[in-house]
Amino acid sequence: MTTTSATQQRGEQATDKNAMRPFQVNVPEAELTELRRRINATKWPERETVTDASQGVQLATIQALARYWATEYDWRKIEAKMNALPQFITEIDGLDIHFIHVRSKHENALPLIVTHGWPDSIIEQMKIIDPLTNPTAHGGSASDAFHLVIPSMPGYGYSGKPTTPGWDVPHIARAWVVLMKRLGYTKFVAQGGDWGAGIVDMMGVQAPPELLGIHTNLPGIFPVDIDKAALSGAPAPSGLSADEKVAYDRLQFVYQKGIAYGYQMGLRPQTLYGIADSPVGLAAYFLDHDARSYELISRVFGGESEGLTRDDILDNITITWLTNTALSGARLYWENWGKLGYFNVKGVSIPVAVSVFPDELYPAPRSWAERAYPKLIHYNKVEKGGHFAAWEQPHLFSEEVRAGFRPLRK
Amino acid sequence: MTATSATQQRTEQATDTNAIRPFHVNVPEADLADLRRRLAATRWPDKETVSDESQGVQLAKLQELVRYWGTDYDWRKAEAKLNAFPQFKTTIDGLDIHFIHVRSRQPNALPLVITHGWPGSVFEQIKLIGPLTDPTKYGGRAEDAFDVVIPSLPGFGFSARPTEAGWGLERIGRGWDVLMKRLGYARYVAQGGDWGAGVVQAMGRQAPAGLLGIHTNLPAAVTNDVGAALGGGPAPAGLSERERAAIDDLRAYLQNGGLAYLVMMGARPQAVGYGLTDSPAGLAGWMLVHGGFDKWSFGKDPKQLPTKDDVLDNFTLYWLTNTAASSARIYWENRGRDLISAAAQKTDEISVPVAITVFPDEVFRAQERWARRAFRNLIYFHDADRGGHFAMWEHPELFAAELRAAFRSLRDAL
Repeated sequence: MTTTSATQQRGEQATDKNAMRPFQVNVPEAELTELRRRINATKWPERETVTDASQGVQLATIQALARYWATEYDWRKIEAKMNALPQFITEIDGLDIHFIHVRSKHENALPLIVTHGWPDSIIEQMKIIDPLTNPTAHGGSASDAFHLVIPSMPGYGYSGKPTTPGWDVPHIARAWVVLMKRLGYTKFVAQGGDWGAGIVDMMGVQAPPELLGIHTNLPGIFPVDIDKAALSGAPAPSGLSADEKVAYDRLQFVYQKGIAYGYQMGLRPQTLYGIADSPVGLAAYFLDHDARSYELISRVFGGESEGLTRDDILDNITITWLTNTALSGARLYWENWGKLGYFNVKGVSIPVAVSVFPDELYPAPRSWAERAYPKLIHYNKVEKGGHFAAWEQPHLFSEEVRAGFRPLRK
Repeated sequence: MTATSATQQRTEQATDTNAIRPFHVNVPEADLADLRRRLAATRWPDKETVSDESQGVQLAKLQELVRYWGTDYDWRKAEAKLNAFPQFKTTIDGLDIHFIHVRSRQPNALPLVITHGWPGSVFEQIKLIGPLTDPTKYGGRAEDAFDVVIPSLPGFGFSARPTEAGWGLERIGRGWDVLMKRLGYARYVAQGGDWGAGVVQAMGRQAPAGLLGIHTNLPAAVTNDVGAALGGGPAPAGLSERERAAIDDLRAYLQNGGLAYLVMMGARPQAVGYGLTDSPAGLAGWMLVHGGFDKWSFGKDPKQLPTKDDVLDNFTLYWLTNTAASSARIYWENRGRDLISAAAQKTDEISVPVAITVFPDEVFRAQERWARRAFRNLIYFHDADRGGHFAMWEHPELFAAELRAAFRSLRDAL
């Protein structure tokens, strides 16, 4: 009996709290009409007073996005893509968790749970599903196949919204182990970037016996004193190698200029009523994640064609709008404020694979990766890609995940 | 010839860039209908996951306020409040500046320019106009009268929104001197709290001819040693209990996220600006997180000032003038220059007389010893017995009495 058929049987037992209920997305047409109405009725501010992105998302970019969103964009396409995949909801610790679960046809596939971050959703992972579960169709070998589980984080997408505090990173990390075991996986690996990276790092710290290893594309590698120095705005400490100096400078830029939204959501998520009420407000807030991905997105809405498409970007914003999860998602920052650093070393003892994408917030140096992860089984600098690597460079990303976990396969 | 009659003559000379044009507020009914429609159509997030304000303004409180805003609240009353005073616009440094200008009937009134901050507006000062210009009616003396000028900051209210960068505190300070001189005032004083404090301190550094002194209720009195203690360093030696409490309270406020909005607007005014421009509930939710509203009862206490209508007058002004993003940009323009830090505000360059009133519920309670080190020419320092960040809005008569006392010694120079 496969896990999936087990799932479907369980779905019929309503009294079973561990039930896996099959799930399909079907947004009422009225909600899509209302979304378009709001976009068309947007009240705009004046243009920024500078000629660059230093004040945040530029008016021309967001207006181009809004125009496309209200006229050409078609939610039903991504809805169909999602519904072509097996999706489920199961309750963990009192909260409904939505996930995609695709089993490979290859027998010895390695179970893998992949976690998105902010401002993301499962949309970020849609393009890696087939390469990872069906590698032979994408230039890989059958021995590289994965069974893939892609959950929506608590408060994101079609997962439930927590009504009480406590869904912090360690809690989510424990819940993912519950989820994998409930699916019948006794040995598995985990992958993440952004908050997903924080979650897989934490799973690595918790080191449940079922977890063979993790892969991260936003590794927490900064030594604690270095992380503190960057936060304080101090010049680079002496004795750093060239790679370490680059990472330090980039991290300092993030802290000084790039992560205001992190402070806002970490400290006062409930001030963001405007992004729950205004689709354009939400889109602008989501576009402002980091300088390089914003540049990429503005090039895409400027008509250039690269990693992400206009539809990709709007699929992610639209799922957040339709599920009204802007604030419940923002609360993840509040839950973790002051508890864990984002980018510092956490004490992971299990095997770790690291992929470094050049346009990520910082390029993690090998020296610090080796110190942060004593069992570093893979470290590679990829030639192209940024913060949303799985979304933007799915082929390269899938190759990295295959290579990263290869040493753990028996 | 009075400044006002000069004004009216100039208005007729359209080619005069120094013209002072009379101004009345008259918002189209369609704008008000659109606001009500948006308020009624607000899409709300889920409730906060805590039972206090630690995540921001609580859903139920904001919903109640928005319900009132969209139904019973009447902007026309606010408009009448503004239009009851002489208002003007004039172009300064290429930008239209809106201001209220009320001359006292007392012949020796002291000219005073008062500057609001964020998330405030000229509505903060309206109740101050009577006591300042007509003191005998409010228990004051004729010789304490002021001629009052209350401008809207660039990008705020009915002032124009800058289209280019550069309207920081210095430029605004210079602009206010132009304004006062254009009104015919050769000698005057200046007052401000919040960003207004930054403006009057800039004026203090610039020391234009005729600026007799400044009064601030948010002085940059955090000296370097106090700043180090706020940052977690050792406390300065010999602190009194009051001084220690002032540091501890401000430190707790900062650690608990009191300035999250400031970080956001300083770094990315456009990122939040779109949502605030498009959602009136979002605008209110964003502004109510300011520490100045910490003790505000949302109108539950009918005797408390500002009233629910007062606060909504202010939010509605931001909404109708579409100034959420342009006003947020004042943080970006002045980013990295802590408003209460003596070093960041270069208080050692201020030689004009400085008067300070400290209100007990202000986020930062400046202490006299620190203020004396920060401001070399401190002529007045007083701890008021009540009031907070929006002191003039909360206690206009008390605030007026402070300004009379603070500037009394400067009147001889008139």
